[in-house]
Order: sequence, then C-alpha cells, then structure tokens
Amino acid sequence: MAKRDRLSGNEAVAIALRQINPDVFPAFPITPSTEIPQYFASFAANGEVDTEFIPVESEHSSMSAAIGASAAGARALTATSSCGLAYMWEELYIAASNRLPLALALVNRALSGPININCDHSDSMGARDSGWIQVYAENNQEAYDNMVQAFRISEHNDVRLPIMICQDGFITSHAVENIELLEDEEVKGFVGAYEPENYLLNPECPMAVGPYSVTDYYMEAKRNQAEGTRHVERVMLEVAEEFEKLSGRAYGLFEAYRLEDADRAVVMIGSAAGTTKDAIDKLREKGEKVGLLKIRLFRPFPADAIAEALKNVKAVAVMDRAEGYTNQGGPLGADVMSALFRARSSALAVNIVYGLGGRDVRVEDMEQVFAELKTIIDNNDAGETYRYMGVRE
Amino acid sequence: MAYNFKETMNKPERLAPGHRMCAGCGGTIAVRNVLRGLHEGDKAVIGNATGCLEVSTFTYPYTSWEDSYIHNAFENAGATMSGVEGAYKALKRKGKLSENFKFITFGGDGGTYDIGFQSLSGAMERNHDMVYVCYDNGAYMNTGIQRSSATPMYADTTTTPVGSQSDGKPQNRKDLAAIIAAHDVPYVAQTTFIQNFKDLHIKSEKAIYTPGAAFLNIMAPCPRGWRYNTPDIMEICKLAVETCYWPLFEVVEGKWILNYEPKSKKPIEDFLKPQGRFKHLFKKENEYLLEAFQKEVDRRWEELLFRCSGTVNR
Amino acid sequence: MAADISKLGLRTKWQDLTEGMVIAGAGTSRDFLTGEWSSVKPEFIEEKCKQCLLCVPVCPDSCIPVKDQKRAEFDYDHCKGCGICVKACPFGAITMEGVN
Repeated sequence: MAKRDRLSGNEAVAIALRQINPDVFPAFPITPSTEIPQYFASFAANGEVDTEFIPVESEHSSMSAAIGASAAGARALTATSSCGLAYMWEELYIAASNRLPLALALVNRALSGPININCDHSDSMGARDSGWIQVYAENNQEAYDNMVQAFRISEHNDVRLPIMICQDGFITSHAVENIELLEDEEVKGFVGAYEPENYLLNPECPMAVGPYSVTDYYMEAKRNQAEGTRHVERVMLEVAEEFEKLSGRAYGLFEAYRLEDADRAVVMIGSAAGTTKDAIDKLREKGEKVGLLKIRLFRPFPADAIAEALKNVKAVAVMDRAEGYTNQGGPLGADVMSALFRARSSALAVNIVYGLGGRDVRVEDMEQVFAELKTIIDNNDAGETYRYMGVRE
Repeated sequence: MAYNFKETMNKPERLAPGHRMCAGCGGTIAVRNVLRGLHEGDKAVIGNATGCLEVSTFTYPYTSWEDSYIHNAFENAGATMSGVEGAYKALKRKGKLSENFKFITFGGDGGTYDIGFQSLSGAMERNHDMVYVCYDNGAYMNTGIQRSSATPMYADTTTTPVGSQSDGKPQNRKDLAAIIAAHDVPYVAQTTFIQNFKDLHIKSEKAIYTPGAAFLNIMAPCPRGWRYNTPDIMEICKLAVETCYWPLFEVVEGKWILNYEPKSKKPIEDFLKPQGRFKHLFKKENEYLLEAFQKEVDRRWEELLFRCSGTVNR
Repeated sequence: MAADISKLGLRTKWQDLTEGMVIAGAGTSRDFLTGEWSSVKPEFIEEKCKQCLLCVPVCPDSCIPVKDQKRAEFDYDHCKGCGICVKACPFGAITMEGVN
C-alpha cells in the first residue's frame, strides 16, 4: 500500500535507507549529500533503525570502514558528493576488486577547482572506471526507487559488486517533490536478508581478504572481476521487474521517451532529462519527431541496447554534464559514440558539454539543441562534434 | 597479571610459517607475541596496513594468518577496523552472531605515524573496541628504507642520506605513544623484545582485553634498514631500553606508568654503535652529533619520568 | 567452504580464481617453503637443551614447534636461518655456522 509524501531527494533516500535498515553506515558530511547521514543519524538516535552509524573523520575513512564492515559480513553503505568521492578514489577500486556489495548514495556535485557546491557529474564520471555499478536518477522518486533496488542488484550472487546510486545535487537532493513511498514492510521483504558465503566474522571459517597479487595472478583477477560486471544488465532488469510488481513503477537500463519514431534524439543523464521532456512535448505538438534516451545504468554501459534504441535516429546530441578534457567532449559522449560506431550506425552525433557547476538548463536550451540537430540533418554534416551549451562566449 | 612463560609459549601459533618477511625480521616477532595475548578459543579479526607485513603474509593464495584477516590499503587500517568492529556490534545487536571476536590491527611506522595517522587518530578518538599495534622499525622499509617521522635523528636512510652536506635525518622522531595517549584512550603502551617477552605479553593481553581503543607501540628492529648483525636483535632491543632510547611504559586511563628504569643508564653510543645507519656518528669530527643525540634522549627520558611522576610499576 | 589452494597455481585460469581474491581458510602459507631461502641452518643439540623455551618467542618464522611445553626439532621447511635463536639460547644448545 503506497503512501504519498512531499520529500526532498536526500530525505527520500534517507527514508529508503531507514526502511532497508542496513547494518553499518559510516559517513562524513559534504554538501549536498550531508542531509542523508544527518537524517539517518536521527533515525538511529530514535531507535528507528538498529544500524551501527559511525561518524568518521573523512570520506576516505567512510569508504574504508564500509569496506571493512562489508568484508566482515555486514550490509554497509555510505554517502558522499564531489571531493568526498574523489578522496575515496583508491577505495572505490578496492571495494570493487574485493567484490564487496556495498552501496554509496552519491549526490552529484562539481569537483574543485574552483570549489563549487552545485550539480554536475564530474565526481561520479571520475569514478566511472572503478568497477562500481552506477545508477542515475532524474527525480526524487527515481532516487528513492533506485536506492530500494540497490542491494538486490549488488548482492546478487552473479554480480557481487558495489553500487553507486546517484542523484543531482540540489536539483533533486534539496528540491521537494511529491513522491510515493513503499510501506516499511514491503521494502524489508523486497530487499531481504544479506547472507554472504564468506566473511570475516564467520565463526565457522576464517577468511583472508586483500592479498598481494603478483603479475602471475593480477590479470586473471581483473578478468574474474569483469565477469561480475557482465551480469549486471540482466540482474538489474530482473530486479526492476520485481520492483514494478511491488510498486507499479517500471524501470529499465534507460528510459526511452518518445523515441520510437524520432529522427532526432538527446542522450543524457540526470535531472535535466525532465527539462528535455518538456522541450520534446512542446516540439512534438509542432509535429517534430524528437525524443530522449535517459541513461539509468551508466556503468556497466548498456551499449548494445542503447545503439538498438537509437537505430532509427538521424542525429543525436549526447549531453555531458562533465568535461572529459579529451578535446572530444565528455565521457557519456565517448561511450555513446563508441556504441553507435560498433553498431555501424549512420547517425550524425555531437557531444555537448552543459550544466557545469549547477549552470541552469532551460526548456529553450533543449529546444535549441533539437534545432541544431535539425540543421545537422539538413546539412548532412555534424559540423563541430564537441560543443558547449550555456557558456558565455 | 600473572605471566607463565612456558604456558604462553605452549599456545598454538596464530601466525603460520611460509610468509616472506626477511630472515631475522622484527615485525613477525612482534606479531607472533602480540597474538599470544589472545586467550585460547577467542576468535579475532586481524587488520593490516599495507607494508612489508601485508605483502609478505598474504601473497595470494598464501595467507599466514590463522584468524580472519583484512588488508585494505596503506593509510586506512584504523578506519577499516572501525568498520569491522562496527559490523560486529551491529550483527550482535541484530542477533546474527553469537561468538565473541577481538580486533587487532598491525601497521608499520609508515602506515601508523605518517600516512595512516588520520585514520588511526579517528579510530582511537571514536574509541572502537580494538587494538592498534605499530611495529615500529623507524623507516619505510617496504619501499627501501626511506625516512619516516619515526626515524631517529641522524639515521642514514635513502631519503636522508649522509653526505658532505648531510648528517642523516635532521629531525628527531615523533613521540606517537604520547600523541595517542592524548586521545584519552583507555590503554596505551610502549614495549619491545626483552628477555622472555613478559613486558610485551602482558601489555598485549591488557590491550586486547581492555574495552575500547588501545594502542601498542612496539620497537621491532629491521636488520636491513638498521644494518646490525641479524642474530643480535635481542641485544639491540635490550640496549634500546638500557640507554633509555626506547623506554617501557604504559598509560592506563590517562595515568602514566614507567615499567622499567635501568639501574644505570647506558650511554646512547652503546645502542647506536652496532647499527650501520649511525656509522657516520662515530667519526672523530662528529662527536658533537653523538652529544646532541644523547641530550635529546636525556630530555625525553626526563620528560617521561616527570609524566610518570618518578613511579616505577609492575 | 575453505579454499582448496592446492588447485590454485600459476596456470590457474581466471575462471578458477577465488571471487574477490579472498581465501576462505587459514595458514595456507605453510605450503610455501621458505626453508629453501638459505642453506645455512641452526642445529638443535637436544642433550644441551634445558627446555627453557627462550628460543621460541624470538623466531620470526614460527619455526620452533612447542608441544607439552617442550620444544621439538626445527621446522626446516620454513626456517630461513636468521640465527636469532642461536643467540637467545643460554645453554649453547643451538649452533649455526657463522653465529657465535
């Protein structure tokens, strides 16, 4: 029985965590994710959860402690943003290579410098090759729903990898929206108990974790780890199907919005997708065939499915809320273009960097992007494939 | 606490042979004897900062540990064990675990005094029920004998080499035991390998069984880095204590206790002479450096006596 | 389930490594024979031994087994010949070439 509530994205994620009632939650505050551990600390203080909440002295330590807790046999997670995630960088790789299914509630924020507290995706994009599963949300509802599904994906025996549940700083983390919550018991039943086979606190059999590996083993270890990644798409869809039965809300690897017959498409991640949908609705009223592919699963990258969904479009704008400093664009652009190339797509594609450090994205901006795509089709030439949107020049 | 040496030696080994530490390493002597502080039948999770001990005792697929063991990274052994101990508390509270576990973390002076200092400070301040053991060999030995903040002054290391313009490390070593004691944790002790290991054993047992955070600083000589004759390790440790370079003390609930006072304090030369890293101090023209070293040892010893109010306890 | 490390070796395929490179089990390094590192080894002269056990704690390699409060012969499979035990023995019951 769902109940409606008006919640910020941070509150929604914190409530999901209360309902999950994890075993260990180490955390260190950083804007804009601070509220998540703050809300959670009050749940712990009031006995609404029996989690061990550990207010550590840094983000490096919050991830280190989460790794220790997860290896010990606990369901563990932490939350962070921006420089906090950058500070954890080394630990992200260790969590993934140890095959520890812990979670991270990430509230996306620009990386320094200059220091900036607003949204872009440079933090999580920096961690894209760490071996973590990365799932993104457009709005508060999705942030909540993704958090509820997180442990089911990461703890699955075929996966056993850490998972990052991302939402846009301030835009969703602090904005209040009407969302539907599941009942506590429903979440508890859906998430289930965590029962690892090997763990440090197993009284039956000791375990050693974190070896030194000589060259003779290292490459095989990395290939072995990649095998977990290969199962993520399937498991994520299975979990989504079960979640839909429970909640009535459908999820896939991405959302295709009015894409079926579109000749022009935008591919993007996060909250600006909502703005883009508004632009699409306006343009559709005028008879323009425009659509959106909104990424939900970014790591691993569902390249085949994305290329398939884009197979009929003539022009694509891939929107990156992060610079890649490759002189080619951003990371999403590189991945989508590579997916199109592998699928022998003939679509003309450009990569547009936008929204850095919280720069606003307006409906008109997205209408302009679709107009540019029209020009590209008309000229049968993508022109400059590495562009900026919303920068003064 | 009573100490029965033979019974203690009769306990099952908790560090298996086949590890790849150098012949004569002080690090594993420290580990074996700390682990003897665990009561038989008690389970433990061992943590470890990156360093010689880690790469040598868990080289895939060979683990030398008889207990559960976790190595995470270099600078975060304290935080990692905080999470393990947190998991223990949570699983106990939720009725998912009935057995008792103890938590012991080992780090070298690099992982403890320096790169892991923040993580250690956090873990101590939060008073997790764990013991952090520093096996202090006074330099980054794993990477090839670079100076650390635990390196004694004038030591010749690969980043403080002796040269025409250098007498070795210019700075004195950091007093980490005092710094951890200032965290107001229930138990801090400094020890090394003496006689039948009574001092080290009793301190290990106390550290393990004192509720809350405990810290042990164990001088663990490194024959390669210190350049002494490998079989002489026990003599080196004895000289460190008899010269008051490495005093044996503990801080129990904030109270400083001196565990041993030499009847006649030996000159610091006795400790320095057998070590190649101090060879340059024994050149005629460097006598003043020896004097300065002695002065520093004396100053610290006086300070310790003051902290302990002159009391000698055991 | 303890890992059967006898099945792990330099020819092991990636599919057969333990997940996350964890070893479920303990003391598997006994299979790695560090005794090969050195040809010079301490010798135990049992007649001279008073079973004081002072040699036991000083061994960095856990190579002096103790049973019923008595030491046994050295574990030469793992002893690296460091010579510390020779110096620790007050009764001359351990000798080694090059150590006085």
